[in-house]
Amino acid sequence: MNGLDAAITQYIDPYYLRIMILLGINIILALGLNLITGVTGQLSMGHAGFMSIGAYTSAILSMQFGFSYLMALLAGAAVAAFFGFLIGIPTLRLEGDYLAMVTIGFAEIIRVFFLNFEPGGKAVGLSGIPQHTNFITVWLIALLIIALNTRLLKSRMGRAFYAIRENEIAAASTGIDTTRLKILAFTAGSFLGGLGGGLYSHYMYYINPQDFGFMKSIELLNMVILGGMGSIPGTILGSFILTLAPEMLRIVAEYRLLFYGALLVILMIFRPNGILGDVRIYDLKKRWGRKEVKTCQS
Amino acid sequence: MPVLTLEGISQEFGGLRALDGVNMVVEEGEIFGIIGPNGAGKTTLFNIITGIYVPSEGDLIFKERRINRMATHNIARLGIGRTFQNIRLFNKLSVLDNVRVGSHGISRSGFFKSLLGLPSMLREEKEIKSRAEELLELVGLYDKKMEYADNLAYGEQRRLEIARALALKPSLLLLDEPAAGMNSGEKVELMKFIEQIRQEMKLTILLVEHDMSLVMTICERIAVLDYGRKIAEGPPEEIKNDERVIQSYLGVGA
Repeated sequence: MNGLDAAITQYIDPYYLRIMILLGINIILALGLNLITGVTGQLSMGHAGFMSIGAYTSAILSMQFGFSYLMALLAGAAVAAFFGFLIGIPTLRLEGDYLAMVTIGFAEIIRVFFLNFEPGGKAVGLSGIPQHTNFITVWLIALLIIALNTRLLKSRMGRAFYAIRENEIAAASTGIDTTRLKILAFTAGSFLGGLGGGLYSHYMYYINPQDFGFMKSIELLNMVILGGMGSIPGTILGSFILTLAPEMLRIVAEYRLLFYGALLVILMIFRPNGILGDVRIYDLKKRWGRKEVKTCQS
Repeated sequence: MPVLTLEGISQEFGGLRALDGVNMVVEEGEIFGIIGPNGAGKTTLFNIITGIYVPSEGDLIFKERRINRMATHNIARLGIGRTFQNIRLFNKLSVLDNVRVGSHGISRSGFFKSLLGLPSMLREEKEIKSRAEELLELVGLYDKKMEYADNLAYGEQRRLEIARALALKPSLLLLDEPAAGMNSGEKVELMKFIEQIRQEMKLTILLVEHDMSLVMTICERIAVLDYGRKIAEGPPEEIKNDERVIQSYLGVGA
């Protein structure tokens, strides 16, 4: 596998390689947030908080405790999931705007905590993290996450998550334990947040608390909303656009943020449910299928 | 055998007493109607039975089990299905998925089983799907199974809600104004349908309805609520001629 990676590094321009690796990480992060906000409908604006927990935990574990790469990643994700669980218990009784406020507050607490966290290098940040993350590992993990996510959302549990988003009272009256499932979605989403954070810190070599500020949370939320709430292909597309857009817009230099903002506004006007928010494979098949001639069965 | 017993159920919202010492016994296999003017507490009663509200006073017994303080989803799992007065469908899910979600309470595959796709989970998925399709066939929505629920016409949405409630394999079905917004032809259909599912699925049905012809035709017993109090109970003939009911609800000369 290392040989393969060496080959990739040789043939692909490092600049593009970097973008592709960051895209893979963003997909994992955004799929986690999609599970919480897009699928289950719990507006979370503090996903970067879970990312930073995963990033710091896994970095410290592999630098100071000699954890292997995979173990450090899993441990980082698990710690993030644990915090997601802890925060989920009291906060998921809140709804909509209130939940958003609490998650923003939580992410800020985490950021300030790491600003004052001695083993994490305080405001200076943490450097010298072994660079284990490469193209192969990121995309292997991303594909695995996509596959598992797809399976989950097609299952009984996935449908229950969507049902909670659509109508909580009706969901409860079909026997769905809405509180438990909301906490579950939050925990699973935080796990992916932590996992993405671990991949990130083991790629960037250097992290500091400002990497995981409010803007990062909003960027991740934008990926989910832009692509289409609750849709896996949508979230992937959203991650793709918002990872690439800042790079493509480098040509317009200082007007970059202006274009970025305009892009969001235009897309939201024409596709309020996100680009792929209400597109189903079934509908596409039906549209294309009309041209086909049905074969006779005899 | 009584399926559902209400003993002195009262519900207060702040200073308002929405229900005041309501007693009621629903026997197995009957169609029991609750009528009364707007604001009499009919829907509140449904919300208490399904655990959305916890009653301020009184006892709620379902098949010899006290369910006053049970959570909504646990009550559903005991086999109490319901529909809502203001339709509550999962709008952005397909018609089929709406019914599939309905069977959540009687299926088991959890989070990790779903992630791994174990054989037992796949088998259960198949069962859930075939049962959902059967129910859609029954309510005449099979052809629209891939539509989004909010694209259905009003009457279809009502039928979908019933199909979803039936997916839970309930023994007690609560229908909150099932005929609201239907024309007389649809109402006749609905009456036949309610009778049919009661027979085929051995259901006990409790329904709230404003349409007197429907209530008087299919209900075996009726309770009348007014200002949170039960003012009468009995078979339709008795209710029609009850002085207090005529005064407070049916009206003189009707």
